[in-house]
Amino acid sequence: MTQLVVQSALSGLLVGGMYGLVALGLALAFGVLNVLNVAHGELVMIGGYAAFFLFSEVGVDPLLSLPLVFVILFIFGMGLYQLLFRFIVRFDIETRIKNSLLISFGLVLILQAVAVFLFTGDDRTIVTGYSSNALVIGIVRIPWIRLAGLLLAVVAAFSLEWLLNRTTFGHSIRATSEDWSLAALTGIDVRRVYMIAFAISAALAGLAGSMVSLGYSVSPSIGLSWTLKALIVIVFAGLGSMRGIVVAGMLLGLIEGLSSVWVGNAYRGVVALVVFLLVLSVRPQGLFGRGSGAHV
Amino acid sequence: MFRRSLVWWLLVVAAAVVFGLMTQSERVLTLAIQTFIFGALASSWNILGGFAGQVSLGHAAFFGIGALVTRELWLDGRPLAVAVAIALVATAVAASVVGVPMLRLRGIYFAVGTLALGVGVWLTAGNLWPGISSLPVDALRGYEFTGPYFMALGVVTVTVALSIWLRRSKMGLGMMAVREDEEAAAATGVNALAYKMMAFVISAVLAALAGAAFAYFSVSYYPQFPFSVVWTFEAITVVFVGGVGTIIGPLVGAAFFVTGRDVLSSTFPELQVIAFGVLFILVVLVLPGGFVEGGERLHERISRRRTSQHQQATPDATPDATARESVKMEGKEKV
Repeated sequence: MTQLVVQSALSGLLVGGMYGLVALGLALAFGVLNVLNVAHGELVMIGGYAAFFLFSEVGVDPLLSLPLVFVILFIFGMGLYQLLFRFIVRFDIETRIKNSLLISFGLVLILQAVAVFLFTGDDRTIVTGYSSNALVIGIVRIPWIRLAGLLLAVVAAFSLEWLLNRTTFGHSIRATSEDWSLAALTGIDVRRVYMIAFAISAALAGLAGSMVSLGYSVSPSIGLSWTLKALIVIVFAGLGSMRGIVVAGMLLGLIEGLSSVWVGNAYRGVVALVVFLLVLSVRPQGLFGRGSGAHV
Repeated sequence: MFRRSLVWWLLVVAAAVVFGLMTQSERVLTLAIQTFIFGALASSWNILGGFAGQVSLGHAAFFGIGALVTRELWLDGRPLAVAVAIALVATAVAASVVGVPMLRLRGIYFAVGTLALGVGVWLTAGNLWPGISSLPVDALRGYEFTGPYFMALGVVTVTVALSIWLRRSKMGLGMMAVREDEEAAAATGVNALAYKMMAFVISAVLAALAGAAFAYFSVSYYPQFPFSVVWTFEAITVVFVGGVGTIIGPLVGAAFFVTGRDVLSSTFPELQVIAFGVLFILVVLVLPGGFVEGGERLHERISRRRTSQHQQATPDATPDATARESVKMEGKEKV
């Protein structure tokens, strides 16, 4: 029993790291552009397929193809911004959130249908030589590929914080998210900041997708559940700190892992949602939320 | 004006009744039933999302509860009317209970909270009722489209009638005041939470009514299917493509959605979803008022051309109309 509990808790923490990684990109787009991109999970899906086909068709190891997937999704994100989200950032904040929700929902429909058309509805997983290797500590097994996902989430969070806090471009991103009109007055090219922040958000989704197709599986319909987890993580953690988002993701994963033992595997998702709703009913602004003003 | 539109609505309903009695084609009847159910579901979302301005992503939960309770009680042998009545009461109670904590949430928190609620109920329904629900064999043998047709027609008529009444009532005005500016409405003495609550419960009960029609119409389905978040998303799509906040918009959107799906799905199913997604995005970006606003603009342009032909002597008529249109546009962007 102890073994089962510890093992489930660990698996939960590992998958929770992925929730955090997915949430990082979503938080960046929401914090900087005030764009709520519910198609973020579909970007994860695209990243997953990119990694899968780079592996199966070209033979590139998914860990080595991470930079490549990052670049592919970065460019894809720039395209999406130019094509769609560019038009939304003209509105005031309230309208931005609502319209971006609607538009990205349309995007969900399109990307899912295109994925079914191109890749069929099958589940796909990258199986490498090291896929079944695991770190064994006493009574528990930690698959390396899932540990790699958590590590990537932590690295991504620290890199993002470094970018935002230590670089000039990061400062212009933060300035824009604080007050875009003031930022524009100080000579920051707000449109460029928006585009690149959105592209980084998509690229982070791509990284998450790579690890999802390595440690878990990819199919055209996975997007919604990842988006939902990421949304919950952001509401839990707020937009204040990137590290906080990964920690909140792991917390959500832990709740799910433990409830699969204590409540039953069929209800692991439900328990997490109930906990989330309870937190929301006590704190309608989220655990660390600060009203509608979104800051990175 | 109101009298005249009432006559129009009665004529439309009468035509639908005659149509239902005359039509033999099962395909046409099926399409009509689906349009009615979708129209009712979309109109019910429109009361909460369009009138009161609260974008709920958990609407399918109530559609599902209505379908589930109706179906279980009805297949259990109770009269359909009793089953539907119990389903509506159950939904009203459920919506009142979850409504209070949900409606304390604002904007994105409300959207995400209702999404979590909807998905949670959906997963739970799938866990509790894993088996498929089918009509008994002898019921199948005598299956008639007429019954479901008139039930769905009745459901959509009730929903639309209630929407029309709401929009003219004090309650509806309160809802719209909350939509435009909750703080300002509260400052002028409007009890914002009460109006949001009324919109939430009415919208949920009407969604359950649409679910009841679905349960009565469908031959066999998994009980979790009506709880699927897809119903919420499709209803929202239909509302926005038709015209959010209007009465006729959700109906136009539903007819367009159902027939479009039917035409395209026989040839190329993926294309239908892609085409609808693209159309949806275009509507949100270019025509925030949906088909209804498009029609109005077209009508305005035509009538303006006519007036300018008749009244060449009043050159200031045109700038006035343009100014009015731009004011209206600003209002629409907020929706």
